Amino acid sequence: MSGNEVLPYAAFIAIAAMAAATYFTRVVGFWMMGHVPITPRMHRMLDALPGSVVAAIILPVVAKNGMPALLAVVAVIAVMVVRRNDFVAIGIGLAVAALSRAAGL
Amino acid sequence: MHTVPDKSAAPRWGLAGLRYGVRHTAALLPGTAVFGMAYGTVAAQKGLTFAEAAAMSMFVFSGSAQLVGLEIWSNPVTVGTILTLAAASLVVGLRLVLMGASLQPWLGGLPPSKIYPALLLNTDSTWLIALRFREEGGNDPSVLVGAGLAQWATWVTTSMAGYALGNLISNPQRFGLDLVLPIFFVAMLVPLWRGTRNAVPWAIGGLVALAAQYLLPGYWYIVVGALAGAISGGFIHERE
Repeated sequence: MSGNEVLPYAAFIAIAAMAAATYFTRVVGFWMMGHVPITPRMHRMLDALPGSVVAAIILPVVAKNGMPALLAVVAVIAVMVVRRNDFVAIGIGLAVAALSRAAGL
Repeated sequence: MHTVPDKSAAPRWGLAGLRYGVRHTAALLPGTAVFGMAYGTVAAQKGLTFAEAAAMSMFVFSGSAQLVGLEIWSNPVTVGTILTLAAASLVVGLRLVLMGASLQPWLGGLPPSKIYPALLLNTDSTWLIALRFREEGGNDPSVLVGAGLAQWATWVTTSMAGYALGNLISNPQRFGLDLVLPIFFVAMLVPLWRGTRNAVPWAIGGLVALAAQYLLPGYWYIVVGALAGAISGGFIHERE
């Protein structure tokens, strides 16, 4: 079988392969952690994991997008601290990003 | 996390979590809709049929995997393309592996027949909303289902609309819409704040990711940064 062969229903096989791979990533971490003993240290690692994932996603995006992203993030934090309202915070964050880009920052 | 009330109680499935999940996902849905439209538009341009574009949104249900997948997509789809698509989906989904791992201390005791189907709906935002719910004292895994279904329905319908309407949103950057997900993440992170000491691993994770972004291809920086943060968290509070 060569890499250039085209199977019948190839597009749907491709979608099924993507779906299977993605579902695998959704469950395998959960499954694995159920099969290793969770020591106190492991517990501290899992405690630190969510915030670390979020920081690892956000910081590079902010660095790549420069001032508009930085201002948007600061605005979102300010609104969340003062009002604790997701809708208002995200709306203001988007507005700040759009306006600062329009202003050429 | 550190101050969850009633930590030993078994999770109970109910309507409270379902409602919480839908309510907190609502703030994100306009962003999901825009990206669904963008995905549908690109899928049409790449030569997918309507049924293929819709099926991908229904079954893959991952914006990042699908947009990366469209970059790889070839017409016709060869065996080599299929293998590349599967490998790319695994790599793009690596962050989901870590997110799933972090749910184990809370949901590990549930029967597999119930928790694994619920995890089908896990996405970045679903996971973060579930964590916040747990942090606020919630103990109902339905939060995953509520948040996941709201996202799924929006994602699938707007993907189809984007395909049908074509280039409706040609320049999402102009409205800051490419930043919806990071902005949402920041908003969700604020309620998880437990003082600077607990945030030290987060800072390490973010900084390592920042450096790794320049050294590693694709999305590896997220995985490397997140692992660095988690591991440092395991060792920092050693003597307490």
